[in-house]
Amino acid sequence: MQFSTYSSPHTGHSENVTLVMAQVLLAMVPGVIAMTWYFGWGVVINILLASATAVAAEAGFLKLRKRPIAPVIMDLSAIVTAVLFAVSIPPLLPWWLTVGGMLFAIIVVKQLYGGLGFNPFNPAMAAYVLLLISYPSEMTQWLPPRELSTHSLDFLTSLGVIFSNALPQGVNWDALTMATPLDEMRTQLDMGKMISEIRLSPIWGDYGGLGTEWVANWFLLGGLFLLWRRIITWHIPLSMIGAILIMATAWWLAEPEANPFPAFHLFSGGVIIGAFFIATDPVTTVTTKKGQLIFGALIGVLVYSIRSWGGYPDAVAFAVLLMNMAAPTIGYYTQPRIYGEQESKGGKDGI
Amino acid sequence: MSATAPLTPGHFHGGIHMPDHKAESTTQPVAAVKIPPRLVLPLQQHIGAPAKAMVSVGEHVLKGQLIAAASGRVSAPIHAPTSGVIAEISDHLVPHSSGLSASCITIDTDGRDEWAELPPPIDDFASTDKAVLIERIREAGIVGLGGATFPSSIKMEARNNSIDTLIINAAECEPYITCDDMLMREQAEQIVSGIHIIRHILGVKRCLIGIEDNKPEAIKSMRAAVAAASLQNTGVVSVPTLYPSGGERQLTLLLTGKEVPSHGIPANIGIVCHNVGTVYAIADAVLKGRPLISRIVTLTGEGVAQPQNVYSLIGTSAGELIAQAGGYTEKANQLICGGPMMGFSMPTDEVPVTKAVNCLLVASEQDCPPPEPATACIRCGKCAEACPAQLLPQQLYWHSRSRNFDKAQDYHLFDCIECGCCSHVCPSHIQLVHYYRFAKTQIWSKEKEKSKADHARQRHEARVARLERIAAERKARMRKKKAALKSKKGGGESAKKAAIAAAVKRAAAKKSAAKAATNSTQGATE
Repeated sequence: MQFSTYSSPHTGHSENVTLVMAQVLLAMVPGVIAMTWYFGWGVVINILLASATAVAAEAGFLKLRKRPIAPVIMDLSAIVTAVLFAVSIPPLLPWWLTVGGMLFAIIVVKQLYGGLGFNPFNPAMAAYVLLLISYPSEMTQWLPPRELSTHSLDFLTSLGVIFSNALPQGVNWDALTMATPLDEMRTQLDMGKMISEIRLSPIWGDYGGLGTEWVANWFLLGGLFLLWRRIITWHIPLSMIGAILIMATAWWLAEPEANPFPAFHLFSGGVIIGAFFIATDPVTTVTTKKGQLIFGALIGVLVYSIRSWGGYPDAVAFAVLLMNMAAPTIGYYTQPRIYGEQESKGGKDGI
Repeated sequence: MSATAPLTPGHFHGGIHMPDHKAESTTQPVAAVKIPPRLVLPLQQHIGAPAKAMVSVGEHVLKGQLIAAASGRVSAPIHAPTSGVIAEISDHLVPHSSGLSASCITIDTDGRDEWAELPPPIDDFASTDKAVLIERIREAGIVGLGGATFPSSIKMEARNNSIDTLIINAAECEPYITCDDMLMREQAEQIVSGIHIIRHILGVKRCLIGIEDNKPEAIKSMRAAVAAASLQNTGVVSVPTLYPSGGERQLTLLLTGKEVPSHGIPANIGIVCHNVGTVYAIADAVLKGRPLISRIVTLTGEGVAQPQNVYSLIGTSAGELIAQAGGYTEKANQLICGGPMMGFSMPTDEVPVTKAVNCLLVASEQDCPPPEPATACIRCGKCAEACPAQLLPQQLYWHSRSRNFDKAQDYHLFDCIECGCCSHVCPSHIQLVHYYRFAKTQIWSKEKEKSKADHARQRHEARVARLERIAAERKARMRKKKAALKSKKGGGESAKKAAIAAAVKRAAAKKSAAKAATNSTQGATE
């Protein structure tokens, strides 16, 4: 009798990448719904447009590379990139920027490095930063949350704005858009106003920006789901949020009228989604637990520093990309002590 | 009582839970099987040098007779499992992951099962010299039956009383395998005798028997036997069912809270570890004088009609055993020697059971699905979470795959025990262990090549040095001669004449000596 022969172990596998990515997508659903509720249909349109572009770009490029297409598309990683990118950009961003950003993310940042698993940088964040630097005005035209918006745009109108810049009758861009809470805070502080003064504006919620705090809450829920499902571990979210909290608290205590209170930092911009969904992207982070603590904490330090003393109101994307570069080195020098190793030793000379 | 979580002094990192599939093969007692017509005995069934055949084709051998002797210290002899005639000594497929053939002795059995004269039983082992007992164990060809097959007698040798703990590995953590479980259920008494013997030889103070808590009957039976024999300082420890608790290093940590040094052995921390089946075989050798000629083998999986454990003679073919267990079912797809995690699959059932084979798993596609195509590693780190050696499998994979072997060793490639946990949990379905084996063999063969090259270089250098030395010596001689001639130039002719005269004298002396010699030999022959 003849038998099939394979290499051990023979038990098959208990997990698969598609399932991992699908759970990440599922975890983003509450945050996406909240975002759509507060900022309109543009969010959904961006997600659909970015996803379609990402899948098409990946398929096309795999064809050029003469690689199998279906298994790669099926891993859903391109869609995760697309959704992360889509929730980072302004809801009414012109379509060609969204498409351009995604083409850059998938082709340059991901596939040119060898595809999933080989890219040193987070594709969604790299694309976001590219657009932010190249098209600063388009990339900062955010919408006010529904409570403050004077014009609520339906799906078709949003579609029209995104694809042909067709604003409804009697509406202009200035009336439609508003700075983000982080941006507003920064501008006002630069003008020398006190926090108590700035807080009088209606754009603030209970502890973050109006609307944005609830978007962050729902993404936090998704993040906890990922922790519960063991898709991510606590190391990066905790160290990143912890570092921001420590710095924010220290400066706030020192000068409460010149520095926003700590919760504001967490719930007004991209910190929550960054800590749970972006910095935890396994491909571009450190794989050792000790390294992840360092990685997360340094992202936190960078976020707070850039926000407070740098040139951008939110800084999650920059902080993540900078730390992506450092990840392999951090990993090498934070190898865990192995079983039976006498004394723990870090990396050796020569990386 | 049994519901409470068992307390062990230590716990190892990672590990995986999975269905244990032990129930299928434990429904009936260990069965005897009839003597097969043919037995194939590989000369290498142990770690170390292959045994040397001591019989020739056509020779009749008796059960228990030595047919291949150990060659060297790390080696083990092989005995005839039953009486019969040596049919051939040739290459035959052996159960090895390489799928290669190796030298084997084939016996055509005669069915009479006639015993050879065995060495006398040593009943009073407690007052017997340790060296005698160790020699008995060596001569019985006993090797580690848990799968490592390291000659057991070597582990018994004196270590200046540095050993304080004996660990009996009865965890049997791999799914499907139940041979140790059944052995403990049925032969606890003899196992305890074996423990007695080993404790006497090692002079250890305490003994820990580690059994996974999914084997309550074995635990009960062992506890009863230990109590009946009133063994001092002996604990039957129920360890949590978590693969690979039966790994020597993992079990040591579980039972003692101590780690075996990275490049060391348990003896470095005062521990000796034996598999429970080995202990049983040691008792057989000492108390009955019997060499290791049979073992319990688990026949299981959806591909076997009647999963069970059998007493198999070493050398019985897998096909023969499975035929006795009701043969194959339609679902039979893979034949695995060992368990599903660390066993290797064989292309045919014409392989003999060796001392190392504890289980023949005839797996269906449900038991062991064919591997799915691997996708890219996303560095999720699930493998590192599961690794019981606390390695970073994703980094090992990365460097092994890119043939960056120095880097792989930097990440402690050789501390990998190939348990398969990383591969089991990998969401990208990468056959990780396969890459580690590849890297290890590449490094070994490179080292071999290097030592060969070093040897060749040394020989070359030695030759060059020798030639130089000879040339130098010749030169020196010539110089000396020249100098001598020069100094004698003053004497000139007279010196030459003297030399010639001396030569003539020498020749004459030689001639007369030869003549005398021939005369004397002639005289002797007459």
